[in-house]
Amino acid sequence: MITKRIIPCLDVKDGRVVKGVNFKGLADVSSPVALAEYYTKAGADELVFYDITASNEGRKIFTDILTETASKVFIPLTVGGGIGTIEDFDRVLKCGADKVSVNSGAIRNPGIIGEAAKLYGDQCVVLSVDIAKIDGVYRVFAKGGRENTGMEAIDWIRRGVADGAGEIVVNSIDTDGVKQGFDIPMLKAVCEAVNVPVIASGGAGCVQDFIDLFEAIPDIDAGLAASIFHFGEVAINDLKKAMADAGIPARL
Amino acid sequence: MIAIIDYGVGNLFSLQSSLRYLGEDVEVTSDPDKIRKADRIILPGVGAYEDAAAKLRSSGMAEIVMEQAKTGKPLMGICLGMQLLLEKSYEYGEHEGLGLIKGTVVPIEGAAPKGYKIPHIGWNALQLKRDESGRADKLFKYINDGDYVYFVHSYYATDCAASVIADTEYGAMLTAAVANGNVYGCQFHPEKSGDVGMRILKAFCEIQTDCEGQTGEEAGK
Repeated sequence: MITKRIIPCLDVKDGRVVKGVNFKGLADVSSPVALAEYYTKAGADELVFYDITASNEGRKIFTDILTETASKVFIPLTVGGGIGTIEDFDRVLKCGADKVSVNSGAIRNPGIIGEAAKLYGDQCVVLSVDIAKIDGVYRVFAKGGRENTGMEAIDWIRRGVADGAGEIVVNSIDTDGVKQGFDIPMLKAVCEAVNVPVIASGGAGCVQDFIDLFEAIPDIDAGLAASIFHFGEVAINDLKKAMADAGIPARL
Repeated sequence: MIAIIDYGVGNLFSLQSSLRYLGEDVEVTSDPDKIRKADRIILPGVGAYEDAAAKLRSSGMAEIVMEQAKTGKPLMGICLGMQLLLEKSYEYGEHEGLGLIKGTVVPIEGAAPKGYKIPHIGWNALQLKRDESGRADKLFKYINDGDYVYFVHSYYATDCAASVIADTEYGAMLTAAVANGNVYGCQFHPEKSGDVGMRILKAFCEIQTDCEGQTGEEAGK
């Protein structure tokens, strides 16, 4: 039976992980490579590296770190952040990424989804969408959730899948950072609309939030979070064990 | 030395890294001499069957793989690389594979019940096949039944019962790994399957050339 995936997301800026605290046995919490190794040992099913660097110099540092990570960590690695062109896909895939996540880049140029899927396969293209509910309608936001594009989110996701996105990361702006649980109604709406894997993001504050997610939406494939893992509020090995205990298929 | 065959398909970074991590001497190459000198060969691959099969032939690598399989040298296809070892694929039409393993490649859609997502992406458990004496294949000597590996695919190998060494359950039983003599195929990505994957690669690196040299000759009989 296929398992539900737990995916920590590492925001990387100028070669360092932005959020983080000390874990036992992990001396440098802001080293992406060390943190990736730590999470892998703890049972992470996949890792997301999110490049929040703005400069070209930062980009180079990011790809160096990606290369080093992919030489030591042998689980799937998704890269996102600043992906806008086929050259961006190429750059990170060559450095060891398995999947590439596009967000604002696809809003600016929707053609990139199909183009990348044709070149690298659907499995390689992840469409990441920031969504908020405005006047009862789910809307797509751009620029890290700051700008309402006015596009209807479910339509946008359907279109992305039709173009070749092999996986969807759904980040709820409404629940992000609130730590009161995932946005179940919104995630349900997305899962009902498409037949590719859907990854839930935004809102997890504790182990129970993940259990609630997988119990409420049997079709959801994965839960993604950042700070609760980095701050040690949720230990990945405890989470995976709790999932298994609750009867949710988990890789232990 | 392990030769990873380079025929312009797929991302070979992780595969190369994982074997290096195990301390193996590994080279990504399309040089026939290097492949002939290698102790073992890996045929990688992602993407579309038709395109990959065409590239494998036009690069001359199909011929080398066929020739080398007959020497009894350990050979492993991974993901699409495994599917290419079979006789044919029905991925968007009908395309010929190398036929080193008897069987065909068909869509998961139609095999798995409705509601199962396509592609089959994620960690799924291996159900190891055992011989009369209860032993799993030597490729799995360092892992256990039920261990998880990482899959990404929309098509799977069927009609290959004699060669199946592991299955995985996804609404239906899907072929996870095959072997015919020293020709191996893994539908999953060992290089992306964490510790379990590394133990499978380690076992592959310990398989010795079959001096009988019968590998590959059994296919299609």
